[in-house]
Amino acid sequence: MIHLKVNGASKAFSGDPEMPLLWYLRDELLLTGSKFGCGIGICGACTVHVNGQPVRSCVVAMSSLAGKEVITIEGLSLHADHPVQLAWAQINVPQCGYCQSGQIMQAAALLKSKPNPTAHDIDEAMQGNICRCGTYQRIREAIKAAAEVKA
Amino acid sequence: MSVEVRFASRRDFLGGLFSTGALILGARNLPARNTPDLDVTKSAWNPSVFLGLNTDGSVIIVAHRSEMGTGIRTSLPMVVADELGADWSRVRVEQAIGDKRYGSQDTDGSQSIRDFYVIMRETGATARLMLERAAAAKWHVPAAECRADNHQVIHAASHRTLSFAELITAAAAQPVPQKSEIVLKDPAEFKYIGKGVPSVDLTDICTGRAIYGFDVLVPGMVYASIERPPVLGGKLKHFDDSAAKQVRGVQQTVVIDEAKPPYAFQALGGVAVIADNTWAASQGRKKLKIDWEYGPHAIFDSGAYKKSLLEAATKPQKVVRNAGDVDAALSSATKVIEASYYTPLLAHAPMEPPAAVAHYRDGKVEAWAATQDPQAVQETVAKAVGIQANDVICHVTLLGGAFGRKSKPDYVAEAAILSKKIGKPVKISWTREEDIHFDYFHSTAGMYFKAAVDSSGRPQALLARSVYPPIGSTFDDKQRYSDTGELSLGLIDIPFDIPNIRAENGPAEAHVRIGWLRSVANIYHAFGVQSFMDELAAAAGQDPVEYWLAALGSPRKIDFEAEKTKYENYGKSITDYPLDTGRLRKVVEVVAERSGWANRKPAKGQGWGFAAHRSFLTYVAAVAQVEVDTAGKLRIPRVDLAVDCGPVINPDRVKSQFEGAAVFGVSVAVLGEITAADGRVQQSNFNDYLVARINEAPSETHVHLINTEGLPTGAGEPGVPPMAPAICNAIYAATGKRIRELPIRKQRLT
Ligand code: FES
Ligand code: FES
Repeated sequence: MIHLKVNGASKAFSGDPEMPLLWYLRDELLLTGSKFGCGIGICGACTVHVNGQPVRSCVVAMSSLAGKEVITIEGLSLHADHPVQLAWAQINVPQCGYCQSGQIMQAAALLKSKPNPTAHDIDEAMQGNICRCGTYQRIREAIKAAAEVKA
Repeated sequence: MSVEVRFASRRDFLGGLFSTGALILGARNLPARNTPDLDVTKSAWNPSVFLGLNTDGSVIIVAHRSEMGTGIRTSLPMVVADELGADWSRVRVEQAIGDKRYGSQDTDGSQSIRDFYVIMRETGATARLMLERAAAAKWHVPAAECRADNHQVIHAASHRTLSFAELITAAAAQPVPQKSEIVLKDPAEFKYIGKGVPSVDLTDICTGRAIYGFDVLVPGMVYASIERPPVLGGKLKHFDDSAAKQVRGVQQTVVIDEAKPPYAFQALGGVAVIADNTWAASQGRKKLKIDWEYGPHAIFDSGAYKKSLLEAATKPQKVVRNAGDVDAALSSATKVIEASYYTPLLAHAPMEPPAAVAHYRDGKVEAWAATQDPQAVQETVAKAVGIQANDVICHVTLLGGAFGRKSKPDYVAEAAILSKKIGKPVKISWTREEDIHFDYFHSTAGMYFKAAVDSSGRPQALLARSVYPPIGSTFDDKQRYSDTGELSLGLIDIPFDIPNIRAENGPAEAHVRIGWLRSVANIYHAFGVQSFMDELAAAAGQDPVEYWLAALGSPRKIDFEAEKTKYENYGKSITDYPLDTGRLRKVVEVVAERSGWANRKPAKGQGWGFAAHRSFLTYVAAVAQVEVDTAGKLRIPRVDLAVDCGPVINPDRVKSQFEGAAVFGVSVAVLGEITAADGRVQQSNFNDYLVARINEAPSETHVHLINTEGLPTGAGEPGVPPMAPAICNAIYAATGKRIRELPIRKQRLT
C-alpha cells in the first residue's frame, strides 16, 4: 500500500507499483486534467507538481510516491485564480487547450523558482512542453504578465 | 472503482432542455435559402435546430462544428447571439451530436465560418424579428419601431422595454417570417461580430476541467490497446496471448479482422488487449507474441520512393493546365532555369492522440469521440458493426488538436467493434507511437519546375510538375493520379501573369494511408512554386518582392474557364470567390510594409525571406527573418503574416490561428519527416518525429489582418503554406544556400 496526498487529500494505492502516476490520476482518481501526450516524458502534457517540483507524471512510477504530495491542475487553485491561470485567460493562450494544463503547471513551477524570469529563462523552462497548436508566443506573454502580478 | 458520467445520453436535439412554451427555432421553421450551388448550406436548413430560447430568457445555441482549437464553438454561436440581440452572458452553448439535419459537420477545409456565417446570422435575425413582432403586438405599435438589444425589446419612442423572458411565449406563437422579411444587422450595430468574446471553454481549459476524447468516462467502461499490423495490408498469422493475460488488470484479448483495401476509415485490425485501465492494457499488449504476414507494401522504402518521385517529375506527365505554348517558349528562350524540390511524408501528431469510447447495445451504438466529423463516425461505425448510421449516436468532445487526423474515424470504429464483441463500453486511446505509426500521412511529393526568362529576367514560360501519392488512393487503392480538387491546391492555380504556363501531374502508388493535413497539397506546391520564384528573382539579380509583384502582373481575376482549365476553387463558385491577384498583391504590399522589408539591414548570418500564397480562398503573404550561426544552427527571430480572409468575425481567434500556423509551418519546414523501411514507419514519438518547441518557434509572429468587405473565406489552414518557402528563401538570403528538400534540419546550412 502506497500512501500519498493528491491535491491535499490522503490517498492509498494498492495497484501495480510500476504504474505511472498519470494513469493513477486519470483512470483511478478520475482527475483527467493531466493529459497524455507522449508517455515518455518529452512533451510535458502530463506535468504535475510533486513536493512542489514539476514532474512528468507519465514517467513517475507509483512506487516512488510514498509520502509525497501531488498537486494537479485541478488542485492548483480553488477558484481558477492562480496568477498563471488568470494570465492565461486574460491573454487567451489556449487554442485546443490540450497541452495547457501541463503548460500552466510548468509555468507555475517556473515562477515559484524564478519570480522574474527572462525571455531566455522562459524558453529554457518551457521547452519540455510541446504545444502542437503553436501558442508559444502567448505562453511567453502570459508568463511575463503573471510574473508582474506576482511581483 | 467509481465512475462518473460526464456525458448525458441525449437523443433529441434540444427537446429535453426546454420548458413548455419555449421558443425553439428550428430550421424546419425557417425559410429555405436560395443557394442551389451549396449542398452544405441547403441541407443546413433542413430541419435542424441551432437556437432555442427558454421561458426564463436563457438562450441555448447549438455548436454543430467541432472545436479543435480554432474557437469555432464560440465564434458561430456568437454570430447567432449578435443578430438575435442577446446578452452573451445569458447564452449557453451546447455541442451537437452527429446528425445530417445540421448540414455538414465536417470541420475541415477552413470552411466553418465561410459556410455558416450567413446561416447563423439569419438564424439569429429570424428569432429577433419574431421577438420584435411579439413586443409590437403587446404594445400595439408597428414592429419596425421595436428593436431587440441586450436581451430585451425596446420601443424607443415610448421608452418601453420587454425582456426576452417576457416575450418568448408570445414570440413562439408568431408565424415564422419569410426570408424576404428578415433584415440582417448593419455591421455598425454589431456587438460581438468583428470584436469577439472569450472562448466558452477558456476557464475549463485553464482549470483542467475541459473534456477531450481521452477524458471520456462511461459507467462499466473497459480500456483497450491494440497491436495492429505493422505494415499496411499485413495479416495476422498467429498469436500467443498467454503472457499478456498474466498481466495484472488484463481481462481478455480480442481479434479485430484486418481491413481490406481500399482502407478508407476502416479499423486496421489486429489483436486488442482489454483491461481495467490504460496502463494494464498497454502492458498487456507489450506481452503479446504475434507473427504477421506483411503483404505487398513491405517493399516500401522511403529513400527509393523519393528517388522515383523526383525522377518522374523530370519526365513529361499528365497535363492539368495548359496556357500558351510552353515548349516553344522554352526552346526559343535565351535563358532557362530549372529546379527540383522534395517534401517528405508528415504525420499530424495532434497533442491528443486519437481517442474514443463506444458502447454497442441492442443493435445501436453510442459513441463519444474527439472527432472532426461526427456524421462520418456514424457512417463508419455503422458499417463496421453492421447497423444503420441512424442507429449510431455520436457525441462530440473537445479535440486536443486534429489538423485533419480526426476527420478519419478509424479509431471510433475500433472501439465500436470491440464493444460489440465483448458487450461493454470500450475506450480506445492511442499511444503516441500508434498515432505516428498508423497515421493517414500527409503526402510526400517530388516536384520539378522549368522557366524561360527574358533578358530582363522575367518569366515567359513556366512548367510545373508535381508527383505524389494522392489522397484518393485511401478511398480507391487503384488511384495513382490526383483529382482536380487536390491539384487545385497550389499547382493549377499558380497566379503569375506568365504567357505560357503548363502544369503536369505524375502517378504514384501509395504504400501508407494518405490523408489531408492542415492545408494539404498547398504545403508542397507553395514550397515548390514560391521557392522557385525566389530562385528566378535571384537569377535576375532583383529584389524578391519586387520581382514577385512584377511577375504577378496587374490586378485581374484569373479566368480558368477561358483557358479551358479545370479548377475547383475549394468547392466554391469562382464568381463569388474569384482568384483575385489584386488581393494577393495587397497582402504582399502590406507584409512588405509592416515587416520593414524595403529597409531591412540584415547582419552577417541573417536573412529575410518572402512568400505569398492563396489557399482556402484566403490570401496570405509571409516574411520570415532568420539567423544562421557559424555552426549552422537556425533561429527565426520574427515572422510577419499579412492576411486577407474577408471580413473577420472573431479577430483574436483568427490571429491565434495564424500565430499557430507560423509554428506549424516551422515544424513542416525545419523538423518534420516520416520515413519508412520494409513498409514500416520508422518514427515513433516526439523524440524522432520532431515538432516545434518554444525555443524553435519564431520569437515573434506579427499577424496583420486586412479586414476586407465581402465574404469570409478561411482561417485555419492558409497560414501554413507560405511558411516553408519564406523560411527557405530567408536562409538563401542569409547564407546563399538554396534549400530544395525538406526538412531543413537535414540540410547543411554552412
Ligand atoms: S505525456 Fe508525459 S511528458 Fe508527454
Ligand atoms: S493548445 Fe493545442 S496543443 Fe497547445
